[in-house]
Amino acid sequence: MKDAIGNVQRILVLGGTSEIALATVRRLTEGRPDADVTLAARPGTRRADAASTLRGRGLTVTELDLDVTDRDSYERAIGATFDGGRDVDVVLIAFGVLGDQERAWQDLDAALELTQVNYTAAVGCGVLVAARMRVQGHGTIVAFSSVAGELPRRSNFVYGSTKAGMDAFFSGLGEAVAPDGVEVIVVRPGFVRTRMTAGLRPAPLSQTADQVAAVVVDGLRAGRDRVWAPSTMRWVMSALRHLPRVVLRRLPI
Amino acid sequence: MGSRRALTGWGGTSPTVATVVPVADDDAVGRFVVGTSERGVLARGLGRSYGDAAQNAGGVVLDLTSLDRVLRIDVEDAVVEVEAGASLDRLMRLLLPLGLFVPVTPGTRYVTVGGAIAADIHGKNHHVDGSFGQHVTSIDLMVADGSIRRLAPHEPLFWATVGGMGLTGVILRATLRLTRVESAFCVVDTERCDDLDDLLARMTEGDDRYTYSVAWIDCLARGSSLGRSVLTRGWSARRDQLPARLQPRATEFRPRQLAVAPPVFPSGLLNRATVTAFNEVWFRKAPRVRRGEVQGIATFFHPLDGVGRWNRVYGPRGFLQYQFVVPFGAEDTLRRSLEMLSASGLASFLAVLKRFGAAGDGHLSFPSPGWTLALDLPLGAADLGGLLDRLDAEVLAAGGRFYLAKDSRLPASAMAQMYPRLDEWRAVRAEVDPRGVFTSDLARRLDL
Repeated sequence: MKDAIGNVQRILVLGGTSEIALATVRRLTEGRPDADVTLAARPGTRRADAASTLRGRGLTVTELDLDVTDRDSYERAIGATFDGGRDVDVVLIAFGVLGDQERAWQDLDAALELTQVNYTAAVGCGVLVAARMRVQGHGTIVAFSSVAGELPRRSNFVYGSTKAGMDAFFSGLGEAVAPDGVEVIVVRPGFVRTRMTAGLRPAPLSQTADQVAAVVVDGLRAGRDRVWAPSTMRWVMSALRHLPRVVLRRLPI
Repeated sequence: MGSRRALTGWGGTSPTVATVVPVADDDAVGRFVVGTSERGVLARGLGRSYGDAAQNAGGVVLDLTSLDRVLRIDVEDAVVEVEAGASLDRLMRLLLPLGLFVPVTPGTRYVTVGGAIAADIHGKNHHVDGSFGQHVTSIDLMVADGSIRRLAPHEPLFWATVGGMGLTGVILRATLRLTRVESAFCVVDTERCDDLDDLLARMTEGDDRYTYSVAWIDCLARGSSLGRSVLTRGWSARRDQLPARLQPRATEFRPRQLAVAPPVFPSGLLNRATVTAFNEVWFRKAPRVRRGEVQGIATFFHPLDGVGRWNRVYGPRGFLQYQFVVPFGAEDTLRRSLEMLSASGLASFLAVLKRFGAAGDGHLSFPSPGWTLALDLPLGAADLGGLLDRLDAEVLAAGGRFYLAKDSRLPASAMAQMYPRLDEWRAVRAEVDPRGVFTSDLARRLDL
């Protein structure tokens, strides 16, 4: 159960090697290391490293195999987590791929991989987790979207379109499950310097995973349904959305 | 049949959704106890516990407030038999004109008899009269198989139920021993204390002469004024102690609610500045010493009941109450906690100190001999969680414990350390409810 301060007892991370998700777990359990964390991700050294780092902080960690392109795989992971042990207080939907933009709008396989991981699997996991949390009568879903989903740009519109779709889904899901005590928080980070963006030129207002995590945890404790990281990004995006396309096209973003 | 609705405790934190079902007789309770889902059942009264004790996420919450008949009043023997949903407010209105008073009253009249037993509540007279459960002579409890047990104080299940937070079954009825009084007034002595030492000395020296005793502390005072406070103590007034004009209606009791707080207060209204100002006024307004003042029962015991839904003043993020007891001899812990609080600048609007007497027999009953400090703290300050975690450690190290009816944030690991009879309680509960039909958010959080 989540307590009055916002301390939680059990967390499931779908996409358990995501740097932003792991930073969020660290912040969320700071000072209260008696939480259980399940990391669902592809098996390998990244997951093992993530698990051992969290164990080193005193957390109890369970590792589960997850392949989000396989529906059975995420059904199994979510089912097993909710069936065993305490109530799940927080589920982080943190998997995603950036892909190669130029391939992604020209190559069918590349396009479908992006949509399947970032959109189809995210929606699938959202449906399953929401059903379980409604039975519990409480719980929080953290959906990692992106500012790229707010505004389609030439430089990353395929990725942006998948995030726009998942963002819309989770925003609506939050409304649908609120009467059952379930909260959904949609997180829209700007450029985050992580493994996923290594080699790319950082955009203005770029962030570290830990800075995003701080915004997420503050948002969770304040009961927000949507946060931007950094929070100023909200106003930047709002302004950009209202620019005429001819102007937007010429901006170096 | 029941509605799905979000519930919180009085502090307004950690809402969860349950199916809330009003029940007005034993059969209705039985239907939900026996035919329940895997998320379990819990009885709820007036929702005055501060944290998650009366919530059951995803399960069934039985609203007992319609099961509120007064079944028998024996004026001769000073005994009353009531249904569990009856409030202490109702009992006082009914009993005071007969010269009878509830044996223990907390800071609000709006609690049910069932809740008073389940939390084994205490009042200003704990140092002489003990907790509520010590005045209960019989409990009718519906247990997990749907049968009704009439429990007497020699049975382990009785003492697992007193202070058992509703986790042994649904309390349906109880018989209480009452206190005889001559009036609905108290004779009150008020003293201003300069610091913590002054306060503790006066309480230690004088409390036993009074039936009722409690101190209000200015938590923001620091340095040499740390613990400056107003001590109020008194007795139930005899008729001949009342002014002549009150004597003919000495036992009349018709308190009125002056106002109801609307849900419009922003979070953060009770901050360091406003609370400092309030505390200064409250401290200065108290007389240095005043003896023999006659106060009505409502004024003396339940000042906050004058404003309905006063918890709304804390705004949408709500607040928590932090209440612990440390044994006599651990006065340093008391001082340390006041120092930590005043240094942090977290504003506690309400801080009260009380001296507990002997412990009762409830396995999970809170009161034990020592000093109990209760603080109301608004949610929202980023460092509140960390500060309270550090305070927890001090209190636990001193052999202290926390009050489950107030708690909303302890970790499960604290439980066994605070309540040495936890295993005994678990054994009784496992026998009477092997499948864990009765559960709550508090039970889930603390692994009860």
